[in-house]
Amino acid sequence: MLHIKCPHCGLRSQNEFAYGGDGTVKRPELNKKVSDKEWDTFVYLRKSPRGKHTELWHHVSGCRQWIKVERDTVTHEIFKTAKVNEDI
Amino acid sequence: MSENFRLDKIGLINRNKKISFKFNGKKYFGYEGDTLASALIANGVHLIGRSFKYHRPRGFFGAGVDEPYAIVQLYRNNETEPNVRATEQELFEGLEAKSVNCWPSVNFDIGAINNFLNKFFPAGFYYKTFMWPKSFWYKVYEPFIRKAAGFGVASTKHDNERYEHKYEYCDLLITGSGPSGLASAYAAAKNGARVILAEDKPRFGGSLLTSEVNIGNQSGKDWADNIIAELKGMPNVIVKNRAQVFGYYDHNMLVMSERISDHLPKSKKYKPKQRLWYIRAKEVIISSGSIERPIVFGNNDTPGVVLASAAKEYLKVYGVLVGKKPLIFTNNDSAYETAIEFKKNGVGSIVLDTRSNPDSEIINEAINMGIKIKFSHVIVAAKGYKKVKSAEIAKISEDKKDLDKLETIDCDCICVSGFWTPTIHLASQSGNKTKFNEEIDAFIPGQSKQNETTVGSANGIFSLEQTLKTSFEAGHEISKKITNKNNKVLVPQVSEKKFTQHDKFWCVPLPKEKNYKRFLDFQNDVAVTDVELAIREGYRSIEHVKRYTTLGMATDQGKTSNLNGLQLVSSIENKIVPSVGHTTFRPPFTPVSIGAIVGREIGKHSKPTRKSPMHSWHEKNNAVFVDAGIWLRPRYYKQDNESLFEASKREAENVRKNVGVCDVTTLGKIDIKGPDAAEFLNRVYTNAWLKLPVGKARYGVMLREDGMVMDDGTTTRISENHYHMTTTTAQAANVLSHLEYYLQIVWPELKVNVVSTTEQWAGAAIAGPKSRNLLQKLFPDIDVSNTGLPFMGYIESSLSGVQARIFRISFSGELAYEVNVESDNGEFMWKKIIEVGKEFSIQPYGTEALSTLRIEMGHVAGSELDGRTIPYDNGLDGLISKKKDFIGKRSLDRKAFTAKDRQRVVGVVPIDKKTSIPEGSHLVIDANAKLPNPKLGHVSASCWSVENNNPFSLAILKDGKNMIGKKLFALSPLKNKSIPVEIVSSHYVDPKGERVRS
Ligand SMILES: [Zn+2]
Repeated sequence: MLHIKCPHCGLRSQNEFAYGGDGTVKRPELNKKVSDKEWDTFVYLRKSPRGKHTELWHHVSGCRQWIKVERDTVTHEIFKTAKVNEDI
Repeated sequence: MSENFRLDKIGLINRNKKISFKFNGKKYFGYEGDTLASALIANGVHLIGRSFKYHRPRGFFGAGVDEPYAIVQLYRNNETEPNVRATEQELFEGLEAKSVNCWPSVNFDIGAINNFLNKFFPAGFYYKTFMWPKSFWYKVYEPFIRKAAGFGVASTKHDNERYEHKYEYCDLLITGSGPSGLASAYAAAKNGARVILAEDKPRFGGSLLTSEVNIGNQSGKDWADNIIAELKGMPNVIVKNRAQVFGYYDHNMLVMSERISDHLPKSKKYKPKQRLWYIRAKEVIISSGSIERPIVFGNNDTPGVVLASAAKEYLKVYGVLVGKKPLIFTNNDSAYETAIEFKKNGVGSIVLDTRSNPDSEIINEAINMGIKIKFSHVIVAAKGYKKVKSAEIAKISEDKKDLDKLETIDCDCICVSGFWTPTIHLASQSGNKTKFNEEIDAFIPGQSKQNETTVGSANGIFSLEQTLKTSFEAGHEISKKITNKNNKVLVPQVSEKKFTQHDKFWCVPLPKEKNYKRFLDFQNDVAVTDVELAIREGYRSIEHVKRYTTLGMATDQGKTSNLNGLQLVSSIENKIVPSVGHTTFRPPFTPVSIGAIVGREIGKHSKPTRKSPMHSWHEKNNAVFVDAGIWLRPRYYKQDNESLFEASKREAENVRKNVGVCDVTTLGKIDIKGPDAAEFLNRVYTNAWLKLPVGKARYGVMLREDGMVMDDGTTTRISENHYHMTTTTAQAANVLSHLEYYLQIVWPELKVNVVSTTEQWAGAAIAGPKSRNLLQKLFPDIDVSNTGLPFMGYIESSLSGVQARIFRISFSGELAYEVNVESDNGEFMWKKIIEVGKEFSIQPYGTEALSTLRIEMGHVAGSELDGRTIPYDNGLDGLISKKKDFIGKRSLDRKAFTAKDRQRVVGVVPIDKKTSIPEGSHLVIDANAKLPNPKLGHVSASCWSVENNNPFSLAILKDGKNMIGKKLFALSPLKNKSIPVEIVSSHYVDPKGERVRS
């Protein structure tokens, strides 16, 4: 079980969190013309990197904040966590 | 029967407490502190079971977790447990155990015929033989294999024992209380670290319990006892015996199973049988010791062949002789301790040492004591079927390839020692890159991945002096990192015998013309020939060899079998062991009860149960409940002998005719506040929200980004910057996370806060033509007329002094209202509604009637909004704003979503107006078409229309828009039904929606 440092609450066990996918995906702006390809990439296409991955986790059983986690997908090492408005 | 193999003056058992027990129906006795194994050996019982594949007789091989054979079926307190190791099971009064793997009995076993047919049972036998013909599998092969194989029988009864879980945090977890564990625990604890010391066995001390050493001015055992006593008294230390750390997981999470009551006739009241500890340790010291390695020789699985260290443990801990005429077969010095121990207790032994001329302190001591030693000698084969009777021995050449002439000597046990294998299982599980150590020809931990350090013989250090020195150091250094303290303890002086180099000899060659079976894996019956065959057949990877031959599988997990298997593969392949590598060690290190893993999360405790504030009223009024997620909701209120169908029909009819009340507390409720709340809703929902006035509700649909409907519900503007959102019961948690995602990540500039208020409000839906009259009586102070409180209106008032929110919204399609009060007043509200509603013939209605009402109105819900439908499919395309952007809008342009013949919700009525259509039925043109019959759609929800008094269903149907009036078939192969149906509008009742506005 992973041990994740919530930037708001501190170190907590994985079972307090929900996984939220790739943290680098940016939603196209509202009311902007978006090509099929761009939209398709946003909705469906995700990289599955081996190694460092910036991802979102949601502290659902804690402060209910979404957070950024930089994790190694092979070793599960967590390098850094940050608030969503911070750079990681 | 009296014990014949127990000595009087040696052992740690409590001779004041005799314990009687039964094995295979026969009564024996032992002492408190015995294991089942030691008590049986004391009684001269060595035949304990049959082997897995060949059903060869099985005895004892070890004295602890490494035991591969002595697995029994245990009976305790009217329960039975399979796969219990006799070497670990402590004796208790009334214990009963039986052999496994034998039928009809351990002494006469029909499966043993496999032993004589063993050329038909080589490696891969099961794969090769039982594959064809396929039809034979269920009828012939599987029952045969099941009867002939397997390790015991699981109970089919409910397990009444209690198992608990515990979470613990510590600075340092230490796994094993041998000299290395004690030293590091002591050093770390004295330096202020929070320490957990876990010992698998009942007694602390590990090898110190059986070795002849002195630490300081005490014996090794006294030193251990004193250290443990001191640790137990320290507030920063948790010391646990009977506790096996069996798994090392990510981020230094380890799991330990503590056996609390397994050694007692029955569990004490309020005490669990076992407790599973989830331990998050900042650092881990692995002090799990080492397991003695067998030497491979002919018939080395015969009962009476034991590890030399086990023979010593039976002697020193239990006062039990494994035999009175022992042969000791060794390639190293440690087995001489066993020989000396035998001699001290009046039993002379013969030592066969594979080395030609070793010179060491302990061998000289043995010689001086008169112990007979034959150097350059090996055991070629054990003789005897159910017990060793003699052994064929021979002198072996210097190059270890040629045997001299065979000689037979009598013996009643063979104690074998092929040197020591560090127990690296936990280190390997942690991700440690293990490395091969040439000096001890075994793997030891290498580069750590997590915060762990291995000490003592688990790290390949076999001298006590070195072990203590390095372990004290490790304990000190690791604790210093955590506590920043520097309190050092003195490393005591050690007196021990120095050992000389062992001989890297592991397998006795077969003499010409003999084909003795030489086993590598005793538990899984894997012999040298099986591995040879696997290699001949082209298996190269050690992982493949493992699976093909079953070497090192099951509970053995490479404990006794591992290194000899690797040696064999490498020698056939002409490789060195490190390049062959070892197979992955998987948790658990030892078997764990399923009950312990499940813990208290069984039955109704497997998930939380949520109840509405009106729950006790429902119970008192004969509600039959149904699970709605984790909520319990009334499905119907049973009157007399009503069936579900009759009750729900009565309840639904009463709503259409008079007025009904339904508990809608479970609906998700989210409070939304902030100056940008309207803008936020406008982005979340598909329809327009900017102009919703205060005091008005609106129905909304929200999508996921892929265009699929996520949820629907009404949201009410309570005040300028305050909204009350409702969600479906099932999606409440997801919707909240969804909103938080957009507010925190996508549009953090919006000034909006969301919070769940589901449990803060109790809700009652009042529906039916008489609901307005009822409402007026409940709230005499307000105008509830169609102009005072129009459809989708909202007003606040007081219900006999209780603040209430009144929404004019409808799920049933009738004139309806929803009243919310704070949860604590829920039951008051409910009773008031029932009491005042009497004159209007009010009846409560449950989820079944609720479904009926919404289905026949064509109101889509969870069964249509199943995550695979877009607004158009649900007839909700009218709610899509063309003027603004919202979540998921861009996806709706996808080609498939705008296709002319896109699926859409329709109504389905059976032609005979009688046959109910099972939910999930497929709609097809031709009921008898060749399979696979092309599917046009599926029935999503079915009910008995109370309005039209015939069955009615909703379906999602391809080109549904143009299918109205068509005749199709509803097929349910599951229910074996084929029903001719007509497609109608989904709005089967009040298609213009006049009632809700009346
Ligand atoms: Zn948090």
